[in-house]
Amino acid sequence: MEAIVIGASAGGPAALQTIMAGLCADIHVAVIVVVHVKADTEDLMSPLLDQSGKWPVTTARERTRIEPGHAYVAPPGYHLLIERDRSFSLSVDKRISFSRPSIDVLFESAADAYGANLVGVLLTGANADGAAGMKRIREAGGTALIQDPADAAVPIMPQAALDMAGADLCAPLPELVAALNRMCRT
Amino acid sequence: MTGEGAEDIEAIEVDLFVEALRRRYGYDFREYNRASLTRRIRNLVTTFGAGTIGQLTDTLLHDAARLPEAISGLSVPVSEFFRDPASFACLRRDVFPALVSYPQVNIWQAGCARGEEVYSLAILLTEAGLYDRTRIYATDISPDSLARAAAGIFPARDLRDAVERYRSAGGTHSLSDYYHSRYEFSKIDTQLMRNITFAEHNLVTDGVFCEAHLILCRNVLIYFTNPLQNRAIGMFADSLVRTGFLCLGARENLEFSPARERFQIVNAATQLYRLKPSY
Repeated sequence: MEAIVIGASAGGPAALQTIMAGLCADIHVAVIVVVHVKADTEDLMSPLLDQSGKWPVTTARERTRIEPGHAYVAPPGYHLLIERDRSFSLSVDKRISFSRPSIDVLFESAADAYGANLVGVLLTGANADGAAGMKRIREAGGTALIQDPADAAVPIMPQAALDMAGADLCAPLPELVAALNRMCRT
Repeated sequence: MTGEGAEDIEAIEVDLFVEALRRRYGYDFREYNRASLTRRIRNLVTTFGAGTIGQLTDTLLHDAARLPEAISGLSVPVSEFFRDPASFACLRRDVFPALVSYPQVNIWQAGCARGEEVYSLAILLTEAGLYDRTRIYATDISPDSLARAAAGIFPARDLRDAVERYRSAGGTHSLSDYYHSRYEFSKIDTQLMRNITFAEHNLVTDGVFCEAHLILCRNVLIYFTNPLQNRAIGMFADSLVRTGFLCLGARENLEFSPARERFQIVNAATQLYRLKPSY
């Protein structure tokens, strides 16, 4: 595995903290996160997640190389994309599912860049963002982990992804974390 | 693996599409970042009702009338009035006082899309007492976008939603002083339009457009590869008067652009630069 991409919306910050707290520090992948926030808010998520676990978490900067052992959060108001040379790019193209950053935009570009060496994780949320992205990740040979809607603060988003893309694992948060540690260590 | 194979076909199609637009019409998207470009091309496939990128290429090769629609879809889309109010507040505070000393001020907004940010700027210049002596050159690659910008007609909601940002940007009047609404649309006041010139300009293939005291190019270079970003930054430096200003989007990153050396930073948070006196 080369990268984990994670999407979260309503109820997302708490779920993301759980994941970042549970991820082992010695797995050699990059973690890239889109969480829906208001466009004019400052970079609140990356300091919050930086304090949650052992991983250094920063807001993604355009043109910079994506490093394993590091976690990145999309800046508010911008779509975050991954280029095939493993660098970040940003876009202010129109909102997807009323959201910028959009989970679909990150997931689809990550699927194109990483192919089978990618894990997508979709968490709690109240819209359908991430479903199309998850479908593309699976079509490109990547692995899809979806939070069990019954375990999610808001079940709509994980359910929409399950309906459109299906999942390699649909489980509560602790099991997702265990699976990530297992898959990415090998 | 089927997924990877499918991806390779699409990458070939994107290359052929880009090559077709360049050779047939002179539009050069080779140095656009591929992830966003691919996404926009996929959207065009849908809006054109083409089955594949290959079919879209075929349509555009043979039907020149469809080109403006394609260029519009491939270029920077709509913005917002007073998008990133902190940047506008920064212009008011750090740039406008320096412009006061010039009898005639030229401003170049490169990549103006549908004009939301140009009109926002004109409003703040008016309130600062600078607009009478200012000429704004607003350029874009897309003729469709320019026509819409020059018409100055926007969904009324776009302006209503901007009131809070206008305040944060330091606006001192009532935003509704600057437009007239009818049904669900608002027309920008002609007084605000009188010193704005809209023109086609392509940052990839065209050169210096005018001599400017301030250049705004916000969230346009984010779509360019490092070499093309650097070309644009160099061209902006060539266009600016001595110690002229350059305002980029708040999240832009110039660390891979050698031409960055020609500028000093004025405000990092809003990506405001000033040409070094030695240049």
